[in-house]
Formats: sequence, structure tokens, C-alpha cells
Amino acid sequence: MFFWSLVLIAVGIFSSFIYGRSRINLNSKKQGTKSKSLPTYYAQYVLIWCLFPALIVYFSWAIFQEQIIQNIVISNFEYIEGAVYNEGLLLAEIRNVANNPSFADGKSIEIINAAAHYSSLRQISQISFYTSIIIIMLLGALYASQKLKPEFHAQHTIEKYIQYILIFCSSVAIFTTIGIVFSLIFESLRFFAEVSIFEFLFSTEWYPFIPIREGQTAAEGSFGAVPIFAGTFLVMVVAMCVAAPLGLLTAIYLAEYASQRVRKIVKPLLEILAGIPTIVYGFFAFVSVAPFVKAFGQSIGIDASPTSALAAGMVMGVMIIPFISSLSDDVINSVPQSLREASLGIGANKAETIKKVILPAALPGIVGAFLLAISRAIGETMIVVVAAGTAPNLTGNPFENVTTVTVQIVVALIGDQEFDNPRTLSAFALGLVLFVITLFLNIIALQIVKRYRERYE
Amino acid sequence: MNNSIAKEKIVSLRKKRSLEDMRFKYYGFTAMCLSLAVLVFLLYTIFSKGYTAFQKTIVLLEVDYNQEVLKLTPDSSDEDKEKGKFFRVKKQAIENFFPDLSKSDIKLVKKLFSINVDKEIKDYFLDNPEVINTKQQIWVTAHSDVDQLLKGNSRRDVPEDRRKLNDIQLSYVDQLVEENRVKQVFNNFFFTKADSRHPEIAGVAGSFMGSLFTLFTVFILSFPIAIGASVYLEEFAPKNRITELIEVNISNLAAVPSIVFGLLGLGVLLNVFGLPRSTPLVGGSVLALMTLPTIIIACRASLKAVPPSIKEGALAVGATKTQAVFHHVVPLALPGTLTGTIIGLAQALGETAPLIMIGMIAFIPNIPTGLTEPSAALPVQIYLWVESAERGFQEKSAAAIMVILIFLFMMNAIAVFLRNRFERKW
Repeated sequence: MFFWSLVLIAVGIFSSFIYGRSRINLNSKKQGTKSKSLPTYYAQYVLIWCLFPALIVYFSWAIFQEQIIQNIVISNFEYIEGAVYNEGLLLAEIRNVANNPSFADGKSIEIINAAAHYSSLRQISQISFYTSIIIIMLLGALYASQKLKPEFHAQHTIEKYIQYILIFCSSVAIFTTIGIVFSLIFESLRFFAEVSIFEFLFSTEWYPFIPIREGQTAAEGSFGAVPIFAGTFLVMVVAMCVAAPLGLLTAIYLAEYASQRVRKIVKPLLEILAGIPTIVYGFFAFVSVAPFVKAFGQSIGIDASPTSALAAGMVMGVMIIPFISSLSDDVINSVPQSLREASLGIGANKAETIKKVILPAALPGIVGAFLLAISRAIGETMIVVVAAGTAPNLTGNPFENVTTVTVQIVVALIGDQEFDNPRTLSAFALGLVLFVITLFLNIIALQIVKRYRERYE
Repeated sequence: MNNSIAKEKIVSLRKKRSLEDMRFKYYGFTAMCLSLAVLVFLLYTIFSKGYTAFQKTIVLLEVDYNQEVLKLTPDSSDEDKEKGKFFRVKKQAIENFFPDLSKSDIKLVKKLFSINVDKEIKDYFLDNPEVINTKQQIWVTAHSDVDQLLKGNSRRDVPEDRRKLNDIQLSYVDQLVEENRVKQVFNNFFFTKADSRHPEIAGVAGSFMGSLFTLFTVFILSFPIAIGASVYLEEFAPKNRITELIEVNISNLAAVPSIVFGLLGLGVLLNVFGLPRSTPLVGGSVLALMTLPTIIIACRASLKAVPPSIKEGALAVGATKTQAVFHHVVPLALPGTLTGTIIGLAQALGETAPLIMIGMIAFIPNIPTGLTEPSAALPVQIYLWVESAERGFQEKSAAAIMVILIFLFMMNAIAVFLRNRFERKW
């Protein structure tokens, strides 16, 4: 289906273009006047009208076809009285039988019937898909060809269309934000309908275990997210303890002391550090750092768990070193040279200049860089999923297992997702908190950096 | 007198200050070296844990392709051969693997072989049908526990109940080593097979293809949209509040944690639009939205780098603004935009969390062939293997990391090449 629809589209593009071009040439010859725009623009005009409506139909068909077919199949399914069905499993079974007739052995007659129904609907859908695409292409071309008169200003129209397309492209970012905000808020509201917002924000018990089946005896779940926030904070603090000094000192060395050659070698190496996927850091934390932390904890008499806030935090710190160092490097470089020269001129040496003049001058920018790094650390997922553990401990001891917001989102969404269950929905509430906090940190950081830049430019 | 004391004080103060200066410089140098040392250590860890995964252990097994046991005749059709009773041949071969095995010993010997051995025995026969009624010495895959033992990844000096192989099995393995009936060869399974529950036959081919399909989707979606958006914002957008809103939006989106994009994919693409779960189509769409800000920022930078005189020249000879931009500015900025896109793709390749959210974490034992088929992705595969309790998966995860790092390295090399080859300094 995919291949043939591509062929269809390619044929559409080619023929509409050729058609538009020859048609306008013919029309202008007939009228004996030159067309107002170049023939190419008329061809493009036909092409756009031929292609775009068809593409819209194509995509909506691709998105909705399966769902509509499934709904029809399910609503026509001959349920046996008394039997209990799980709709998802049933559908999967029907699809399996339909795609692979050898699975039909031993299946009930209802399922085989439904599978036949499913296949026939698919066939109908395919045929009507192709016919409707062809018809829409032809209609579009027909509409456009009505306008192919020499006095029609095709170029203006095309440029207007291009503007629309460009505006659409730039609004994708806005749609994304709207999508994020709405999906988070919508699902969070469903969550907060079952769990009070005060419990979520201020209670210290996180037991997201909800009886899944009715009558199952399980403790009532409780959703106090304070231990999760505390864990996130602890890991973030450890990470910043590693990254802030290392990153800042590296930046100072690179900006003020290092020769051009050293800079040229070290900067790309630090970029490698920034480009390594986070799951690789997770592996590193899990395989190398966590056992080391455990052994170290035992050697000083602290019982460390195999996954700990310290291991995850340290590796996360390494991950954000390049982030801090490159941002701080920029900031330090944008401190005006005159300040440096003035300080050196009155006899201060380099270290004094840096500590007493450059760093205070660059402070707002550095704070901005740190805030951005903190927001990065809070939103980081894979390192903590692998190396920090999942137990919601309310503790300040970095040798213990802690859990973070991102880990709990992953834990809640791995496996069965029941969207009427507060355990699944809690992921969206946590996601909302995460989104709001990181957004807030970013806006502040960007403001600070912007104001700082303006001061020296 | 006073003068000399003061002089001495100044000298000692100066010494102290210059010492302080040296120390500060040294701190910076140490910090830099530490950061780089961690990088080296990280790469070393991955290599030292992972290089063994490129080899597998195989065992020499004598198989008797007896036609009665197989329930085949020399002139059976190909279809019948497919249905031959190869498991019985394998059972017989294992029973005779060592002389005089008791029933309980046979069970232990059986555990030295991979689950894939049935298929290997069968494939050997299908490739060489003339071996019927002969005894053949075939190299077959060993179980992961044997593999790990011989590679030195699992230790033999721990108590028996904490080992995968018990003492009898250990003695069997030693005997095999002595008789040269076991050897290590290049692990082709790692590159040709998808995920499996059994470490010895698990490979990255499935997740690699999944990642390729995902990246393809990301490229198809994000490249045109990013170019459109950056051309509009750089060249056409009027300076007003809406434009400003879009710009603020893009820079904030760039800093939204990736997992939130995963929630977007789950909440909107899967639950509202009903796109198929666990597929590269959905994964790619989510990652495209995620990398879009990065690519837009890079595209805008390269559009900005084209000198305005070029556009002005085009306008001066009567081009419309659209013509000036699309015929002159965009082609000149294209290498830069491509570089930015490849860097965005590299970022998308390593991203794990959003893919977990949209279900690409499912166990997929076959290699995907399309955008709408459930598939894994390389980083998620690494995550699954890291989390797995089975020891044999640890080297696999490190080796998969090597694959992903080489992949990333190549993408970045292409980006750098494009930049150096086509970028013009004005």
C-alpha cells in the first residue's frame, strides 16, 4: 500500500506539472497574448491543487483507517452470552487470524467470521482509498486548470501559497507546545479527580498500587509525591556538586589560560562527552560507578545499596560538565577585554583578575548556565532509571536508593497502561510538574543570560 | 632598615601571589584533565566489557542423520524435509555426546547447548541433503552460560549454588576444552538477529533497523518543516508579537525534557490519533518534534550567515522576495542546514525515554520491515539488556553501545565533512 501510493503520488506530481505547463502554453497561443507569469508557475499551481488535497486525504486515511475498521469489526462482533472479552486482546486475535490464516486453527467461529469481516473491510478500504485519492487529484487538477488563463497571475498566487506553507511550518512549534500542555493538563485533571492535589504535593507516602481487578485485596494506593521530589533534588544536588566546579574550572582554563592548540583539541573532546547518549551514561553508572560507590560506602562503614543517588548523581554530573563548560566559556569570553586589561594594568596577576574581576562580571551569565544545567539534570531520565533505583525513600543520604520524577513516569508507563487507573495517570501529573519546573528554570535562565549579554554589547 | 623589611614583605607577598596564580591555573588544568579522564574511562569500560560479545562459543557435535530417526527418505520433497524430526536427531546426538551418560547427566549436558541448536542441525541438513544416513561433525552454538564461562565473564570459584553451571557441567566444559571440541569464532548472530530471550542468539539487527526507520521518519518530518520555519522566521516574518511568541516558544521547546515529548506522543499520537503503538512511525514523529527546535536554530544560523548582498542583488534585478530567497539564499544555506539536521538526527538516535513512553520497549524478536511495524530501537535495546538479570546480556549491551557510538561517530563525521566541503566563508 505504501509503495503504490508513493507511485500514485509521483505520477500525480509529474503529470499535473506537464499538464499545467502545456495547457497554459496552449491557452496563451490561442488567445495570442503572453501569459502574465512564466509557464512553470502555472504548472506549480496545478501541481499544488492536485497534490495537497490528496495528501491531506492520504494522511487522514492512514491515521484513521485502522481505527474505523476496528470499531466496525468490534461493534459487529457476535458476542457469546456470558463470556467476558478484553477488547484489545480480541482485536489482536482477530488481526492475527486475518493476517495469517494458519492461526485460524482452533479459534472460535466468531473470531474467524470477524477476521473475514476485518479482511473484507480492509480490502474495501484499500480500493476506496485509491479511488478517492485519484478522484481528488483529478478534481484538484480540474479546478486549477479552469484558472489557467494568460491573464491569471499565477506567480502571485503561488507565492501566497508558499507563505501559507511557511507559516504552517513555523507554527508546528506552537502546536507542539499546545499539544504538550493540553495532554499533560487533561490527563492530570483526570488524575486529580481521584487524588487530591494537596495529597499529591504535600503528602510523604508514595504507594502507587491500586487494585486493578475488582475485589482484589490490595492496600489503597497513596500518591504523596514529596519523596519523589526530594529524590530528584538529591540527585540534582550531587550532579551539580560534580559538574559545577569541574565545568566552571574547565571553562576558566580554556578561556583564560589554554593555548589555541589546546582549545582546538579539548573543545571537540568535550563535545563528544555531550553527544554520548544518556543510556550509555546509564550503563556506565550501573556497571562501573555504582559498584564502586557500594564498595566505597562499605569501606567507610556505610551500608550502600547497589543503586544509589550518589552513583546516578555523579554520572549525571559528568554528563552536564560540557553543558556548563561551554556555556560558561561563552560567558567568560564575552566579558570585555578592557576589564581584563585594566585589572592586569594595575598589577593584578591572572588568577586575581579572574577571581576578582572576570567572575564577578560574568556571574549573571554563569548563574544562567547553572540554572540551565539544573533543568537538564532534573529532566534527565535514563541515567536515573538505570542507576538510582525505584524506591521512594525520603532521605538525605546519597548512599541510599532514591527515585526521581522521571523514573516514576517511566515506571508508571511500562507495562499495562490503563487510562482509568490513577497509577498510569500519575505519570502525567508528574510530567506536568516536571514541565512547569523546567520551563520556569529556563525562562529565568534565558532572561538572566539575555540581560547579561545586553550589558556588555 | 624599615625599607628592607618592607621590601622583604613585598617579595614574599609577590611570591605568595604568584604561587596562588600557579595553583589556580593548576586547578583549571586538573578539572579539564579530570573531565577528559572520565571520557577515556567511560570508553574503556564500554570496550573492555563489550568486545567479547563479538565472539561466540561453538561446540563440535556429532549428529547422526539417520533416516529412520528423521522419518525422511533420501528422495523426500523439500516440504517434507522441513518437517523432519530434527529434535530427535538432536536428542540422540546429545545422548551420545559423552560416552556412558546417565539420564540425569544428559539433562545437564543438554543445558550446555543453545536453544538454537535444533535449527542449526536442520539448516545444515537442508543445505547438504546428501548427508542423510551419515554421521556429521557439526559446530553448533553453545549456551550462553558456557560462553560466559569460557570468556571469563562468570567466575568458577564461587559456591556451586550461586553459579549457573554446577560442578559436573564445569567438568564437562573442561573436558571439551581439553579435547578441542569447543572454540570461539566471530559472532555473526549479533549482527544478523533481533532480540531474543537467550543471550547467545540475541543480536542488534532488529533494533538497528528500527532505529534506521525511526531516523528516516525524523528526517522526512523535521527537515522540510525546519527549513520552512527557519526561512519564514529569518526572511519573511513581520516583527510582531506572534513572531516573538514563536521564537520564545522554539527556544523553550529546545529545553523541554525529552520524556515530556514521550508523554505528548502517548497522550496525543497514540490515544487521540490512534497511531499504532511501538512503531518507528510514532517514535520518529515524537523525536522529530523533539529535535525540531535544534534543527531550526541551526538552520536559522546558516541562513543568517548568507550575506544580505546576495538577496539584495537578486531583488535589484527584479526577482520577487520569494524568488530571491528560494533561488539564492536557501541553496547557499543548504549545506549548513544539512549539517544542523544531521546533528539533530544524531541527538534523536541516542534518545531513549520518549521511545519507552510510546511502547518501543516491547520485546520484538523479529527484524522490522516497515514504518508501521512494531520494532525496537538501539538505545532502548541497550536499556533492555542493561536491565536484564541474565549475565550474558551485559556484554551484549556494551557491544550495542559500541555500535551506536560508531553510528553516531559516522553521522558526525558526515556533518563535519559537509561543513568543511561546502561551507563558504564570505
